Amino acid sequence: MSKATHSIPRSIAAHAVLSAYTILALFPVVVIVINSFKTRKAIFRHPLAFPDSESFSLIGYETVIKQGDLFLYFQNSLIVTVASLFFVLLFGAMAAFALAEYRFRGNTLMGLYLALGIMIPIRLGTVFILKIMVASGLVNTLTALVLIYTAQGLPLAVFILSEFMRQVSDDLKNAGRIDGLSEYRIFFVLVLPLVRPAMATVGVFTMIPIWNDLWFPLIIAPAEETKTITLGAQVFIGQFVTDWNAVLSALSLAIIPVMVLYLIFSRQLIRGITAGAVK
Amino acid sequence: MHACKKVLQAGISHKCKPLLKRQPPPKLRGEVGAPNEEAGEGVSLAIQSHNKRPTRWHIGVFLAPAVLVYTAIMIIPLFGTLQFSLFQEVEQLQVFVGLDNFKTLFGDPNWSKSFWNALANNAWFFIIHMLVQNPIGILLAAILASPRLRMAAFYRTAIFVPTILSFVIVGFAWKLILSPIWGITPDLLQMIGLKSLFAPWLGKEAYALTTLALISVWQFVGIPMMLIYAALLTIPDEVLEAAECDGITGMKQFWKIKLPLILPSIGIISVLTFVANFNAFDLIYTTQGALAGPNFATDILGTFMFRTFFGFQLQLGDPNMGATIASAMFFVILIGVCIYLFGIQSRMRRYQF
Repeated sequence: MSKATHSIPRSIAAHAVLSAYTILALFPVVVIVINSFKTRKAIFRHPLAFPDSESFSLIGYETVIKQGDLFLYFQNSLIVTVASLFFVLLFGAMAAFALAEYRFRGNTLMGLYLALGIMIPIRLGTVFILKIMVASGLVNTLTALVLIYTAQGLPLAVFILSEFMRQVSDDLKNAGRIDGLSEYRIFFVLVLPLVRPAMATVGVFTMIPIWNDLWFPLIIAPAEETKTITLGAQVFIGQFVTDWNAVLSALSLAIIPVMVLYLIFSRQLIRGITAGAVK
Repeated sequence: MHACKKVLQAGISHKCKPLLKRQPPPKLRGEVGAPNEEAGEGVSLAIQSHNKRPTRWHIGVFLAPAVLVYTAIMIIPLFGTLQFSLFQEVEQLQVFVGLDNFKTLFGDPNWSKSFWNALANNAWFFIIHMLVQNPIGILLAAILASPRLRMAAFYRTAIFVPTILSFVIVGFAWKLILSPIWGITPDLLQMIGLKSLFAPWLGKEAYALTTLALISVWQFVGIPMMLIYAALLTIPDEVLEAAECDGITGMKQFWKIKLPLILPSIGIISVLTFVANFNAFDLIYTTQGALAGPNFATDILGTFMFRTFFGFQLQLGDPNMGATIASAMFFVILIGVCIYLFGIQSRMRRYQF
């Protein structure tokens, strides 16, 4: 390798840029979390200080825990997100493979039809979706949310995955066919492992809007037992807007589970990106 | 060294088949598994008369689940909404009024003023994303993808953190941080001697929209970063080593080798940003409320539609006008996406390694 790629000034510059941006990215989160452990006075006097023995207080958390059923909300969000993610990735990869691999009448048209959904905010159809859900008795169920989020995530998944599947070498698939593999096995055994990095990326992309969505839980499933964490937090913060301790604690409680979930997923994501990259 | 140079030069130029080849025309795809038309016809004429070629059931099986869910939950409701924009409620009955709702939206001075204001704000929101979010995303990805960078995993994980947070968290967190009551931002500006620059940005008509756009950039910069990063990792080492043999390193390598190879990803990111921005709603709703204050300075199409749809303060909700604005949004987005699909994507070169 040449010297230029890892000379010291270059790597210092790289670390400087990255750590500057990392601080910018984490600063608001850190400020919220450390202040949630402080007394009201300390929050306003020394907002940037870490809590010490004098300013430490859990009053905000006490308020939050007394009020809401956050564990149930979290569980609901988790069920909805994981189930939708599974269906989006499975159905999306299958459709993307069909579009990228086979030549059949209406291929381009089908691709356009499925890609249409990328630009259509599914929210535009809310009234009609609500009608469908009422008619089928799915209002206030997690199933309704899973169905909606699967439909919402599919177009983007198909679009990105078919871009990636076009890059998988034809020789490999044809070798599989000569060895007598069925089209299904070629998809599941040969192609899927090769597009893992794309799957991981699509997975993260699909997961975020689902986890964070406020609109559909509010309209389709606002009942206490089906509330998601985002809706629960929004309702809570709306009620306690002047109680800074409670608001900061509620924000922290909403942040921490997502962070844990993300750290678990991100290890998979990074492994997927590095192991699957076609080199 | 000389041999290496020769191979690698050939590798970089587009003509060299083994290393970099243009994607084969679609005609050649799936030849082995699925006999192409001419071959299929020849065989069928000779052997079988009733069945021209075997039905490829697997295509249907691969497509069916996605197409069914998508059609039922997304396409049908969308057309329901488009249809809704052609009706008005008169004495609790839906009456067909043709394009009257659109005439009101563009003709009535009150409606058209709000609409153009929302559209212009939305365009500014998008421009800020294109100028700030995507270049930063590409820069970060390019640095992250450089070989033997220590702590790359840590940076990658940390920079993506804001993206996983919900609008509720991001909106409230920034509202608190920028709040003059709490005083974090003025204190920080004082440290670098710029306290005079502080203003309650979210409350000022001139700054509110730009501030919100930058908050949104802060939140979503992880997405272009991750996509570009994944694209950069798929560039084969041979190509980069070839470039190094030719003395193309550093910035030059990025501009001449990597950037052309990741252009399709940049195209995808741009169109995704466009669509996301013209559907945006949540961040503005969380921080500024449905009225998109101050004085509608942060009103974008999403909040405008929401207000019309569900009503606010004294104005009653009007589902038909809401559907009309939704249809207008649909056409704006349609135009943008068509420009991408037919003007940009079809002209891009793709390489298969």
